[in-house]
Amino acid sequence: MTGIQTGIATVTAPAPDEIEWRGEVVRQLDADWSEGGGIGSWIGTVDHKRIGLRYLYTGLVFFAAGGIESLLIRLQLAGPDLHVVGPEAYDQLFSMHGVTMMFLFAMPVLSGFGNYFVPLMIGARDMAFPRLNAFGYWMLLGAGLFLYSSFLFGKAPDNGWFNYVPLGDSRFTPGINIDYYLIGLILLGISSTGGAINFIVTILKLRAPGMTLNRIPIFVWGELAMSLQIVFALPALTLASVLLMLDRTFGFHFYDEAGGGDPLLWQHLFWVFGHPEVYIVALPGFGIASAIIPTWVRRPIVGYTYIVIGELSVALIGFGVWVHHMFAVGLPNMTLSFISLASFMVAIPSAIQVFAWLATLVAGRPVLKTPLLFVLGFIVIFVIGGVTGVMFAAVPFDQATTDSYFVVAHLHYVLVGSAVFPIFGALYHWGPKVTGHLLDERLGKWSFWLMFAGFNLAFFPQHLLGLYGMPRRVYTYDADLGWSAYNLASTIGAFILGVGILVTAYNWVRSRRRGDPAGNDPWRGETLEWYTTSPPAPYNFVTVPTVRSREPMWDQPELAGGAQHPDAGGRPLTGGHLTLSTSPLDARPQAVVHMPHSTPWPFFLTLALLLVAVGVLLNAWPVAIVGVVASGAGLAGWYWPRGQTQET
Amino acid sequence: MLDPSSGAGRRVAGLWWMLFWISVVAVAVVVGLIAVAIVRRHRRPEATAGEGEGDDDIDRSPVAWGDRFVVLSGIVVTGVVLAVSFVVSLFVLNDLAAPAERQPLKIEVVAHTWWWEVRYPGGAVTANEIHIPVGEPVEVRLRTADVIHSFWVPELQVKQDLVPGMDNHLSLEADHAGRFRGQCAEYCGLQHAHMVFFVRAQPPAEFQDWLADQGRPAADPTSALAQQGRTTFEGSSCAGCHTIRGTTADGVLGPDLTHLAGRETIGAGVDRLDPDTLARWIANAQDDKPGASMPPTELTPAQVDAVVAYLLGLE
Repeated sequence: MTGIQTGIATVTAPAPDEIEWRGEVVRQLDADWSEGGGIGSWIGTVDHKRIGLRYLYTGLVFFAAGGIESLLIRLQLAGPDLHVVGPEAYDQLFSMHGVTMMFLFAMPVLSGFGNYFVPLMIGARDMAFPRLNAFGYWMLLGAGLFLYSSFLFGKAPDNGWFNYVPLGDSRFTPGINIDYYLIGLILLGISSTGGAINFIVTILKLRAPGMTLNRIPIFVWGELAMSLQIVFALPALTLASVLLMLDRTFGFHFYDEAGGGDPLLWQHLFWVFGHPEVYIVALPGFGIASAIIPTWVRRPIVGYTYIVIGELSVALIGFGVWVHHMFAVGLPNMTLSFISLASFMVAIPSAIQVFAWLATLVAGRPVLKTPLLFVLGFIVIFVIGGVTGVMFAAVPFDQATTDSYFVVAHLHYVLVGSAVFPIFGALYHWGPKVTGHLLDERLGKWSFWLMFAGFNLAFFPQHLLGLYGMPRRVYTYDADLGWSAYNLASTIGAFILGVGILVTAYNWVRSRRRGDPAGNDPWRGETLEWYTTSPPAPYNFVTVPTVRSREPMWDQPELAGGAQHPDAGGRPLTGGHLTLSTSPLDARPQAVVHMPHSTPWPFFLTLALLLVAVGVLLNAWPVAIVGVVASGAGLAGWYWPRGQTQET
Repeated sequence: MLDPSSGAGRRVAGLWWMLFWISVVAVAVVVGLIAVAIVRRHRRPEATAGEGEGDDDIDRSPVAWGDRFVVLSGIVVTGVVLAVSFVVSLFVLNDLAAPAERQPLKIEVVAHTWWWEVRYPGGAVTANEIHIPVGEPVEVRLRTADVIHSFWVPELQVKQDLVPGMDNHLSLEADHAGRFRGQCAEYCGLQHAHMVFFVRAQPPAEFQDWLADQGRPAADPTSALAQQGRTTFEGSSCAGCHTIRGTTADGVLGPDLTHLAGRETIGAGVDRLDPDTLARWIANAQDDKPGASMPPTELTPAQVDAVVAYLLGLE
């Protein structure tokens, strides 16, 4: 964002006639912001909305892949001693299911909503680093395809999503399965770290004038908290992965106890990332809930400040609880006690948010349409996952049930609760903004009830399986253990959940052709995404608004027309790719920022890095070196000075 | 875990039931508040709408009790409940770690992919079955020969991982005689599902007899077929991996078979031990447990039958 700074933007009101004024601005903005068509625009786009949608659709395609994997798992476990898939395939399926749902579904879809809606909600015309944004998406797509190419060779990662060593080192898993996993995670780390930095800068620097800290929509706070966690958590994962690559490829001994290493080092590094990862997936979901509830209960959220403090303190305390994934490895009880305390404490900020939502629901008048139903379903499911989470904070209980199906039940209640249900709520709440068409309400309700019932039938019995002694990650079990009925129920539930998901998929596709037009603001929402057209124009807003309230669309009637008049503080900012930079705390205008135009370099750089990845995967070092050189060329092209509108 | 058969198991189960009822109340409160909100959704607005459009259904009136409710329920009540739970869990943790009052029997369990080696003082070695005396704590030293495994007998004890380079310990105790199923709980590769063991709690006198038997070398074959089986065993690749004490078979890669006939299952829980399953297992263990270290045999069916006859005589 090293753009040309022209000082505080002052816009004088042009023509007195509203229509004439607006038409002229729109004509100029269309010319300024058009990316044209064709393959060049498709590869080179830096529009946060196109990129956000790509994140969303890509994540949903991977959601389908991870869902098919989970159904195969459930078919294999539907009864005792079944042979739907062999143990080798089973191990690959549950490993890729975990990797997919965490890294290729939840994070991309939540980043996708963030990409699409953060600039809209804060009144910016793009993300702070549009090219980095494009690069983040291409890297995600590349890493996802890279990981899934392993299935073509029957060599998908097969050591679970946390890949404990020494099972994951070359002595016990010599094939390239684990190399796929490690390189895939490193590539995904590049993508999400870039995305997180982009969110942080965007949220702190590009808010509309007047959007002081205490007027930031809570969804945006959620994306900010998530991004801060990503920036601090992912380096641990990348480090862990690089060290294991060195062990596997060059015979280093970081994790090899015989060579002076320590297998627990992997667990520490992984969970220093892995536990915050749970909140990385949950916090944006909390944010979605906080965005949907006020609109659908027709009053502002209760306890705004407490919710924001809650989100940020989850993000902070979440870094102090990683050892509760290691309560059974044999660490001293004193260590366990401290981590246990932190794990109990982390429930408080979540409880604050839950009770704030409940207070808002009780104080408001809920409109029981699909978006709110999904949020209510989220609250119930997440609270059940939360109370079992508190159980795991108690060391002896954790030691009794860890690595059993009780954990599988718990983690699905937390993650499906806090990611999948809010995401589906958001599809119904924000879908009309994205596509311009309303979704069908009847199908939406069907989808919700099928998903809610199917989910609980699939996962509630797994609590009991865990208490009865069924360990996770077993590919089969004996008939005489009494586990069969619960497993069959779980499998049936999983398929009902799948049908519920398909109903929404159909609803979405159908709405694009047959849905009623949405208009700017179909729900009479409170935040700025409802200030513009559905779908928004490439420049988002005719005028970048001046904000005077936490719920600007409810308190500033002049926004209703979709173009705040310059007399009221609206800024057209025509004459280039321009947006407004403001001060981080009180959002005072500081500068007009020139944003970059479409560019193929992020795409090229991604291809070059994938070449490096393939070279390292196959130990084909010349290929890797060509990739490194090409990456250098890509960066050179990216940063090549282009006169006045140079930017990152 | 819901059906504990040891003091430690009962302590953990007690903790579970406390946490369970707290959880039931918490979920009930949340669902109840949602129900209240839904039931009251059609009431008239409490206050006149805030500034703005007159026909607007948006309620801008402040919620007087809102912040107080959030602080009280989210921080104060939640905090107290969590604090109590934490303290109780520390007491349970402390109880589980309390040292045994008398010098307990010490045994060693070594995990292998995918079976359990069990070593007793005095040289008795067995596999996949742990005998303990009823009512006496047994100190188990846990080591692994390869990757990380986890030792778990749901009715008796919490889990303890077996980590390369670490010596972990747990105390195993059953308060009545019986057979308790255990299973590896940490994913350890292809046959993680078939890494089962049984704890058999016996009256102390019976246990001492069993232990003395296990310490003796293998019984000599009593039939011509069994004698032929022993010769075959000693002369084939079997002896490269398995030990039968009192014979020339002294391999250390697979389970000690000195008293195989007394065990209940084969292949760490793959099948019940009988002549048919044993013959099938020897012919090709990969059929029932793909990935296991034991390769398909080069023995003829007749030789397999002889080996089966011999092994099933090893009480």
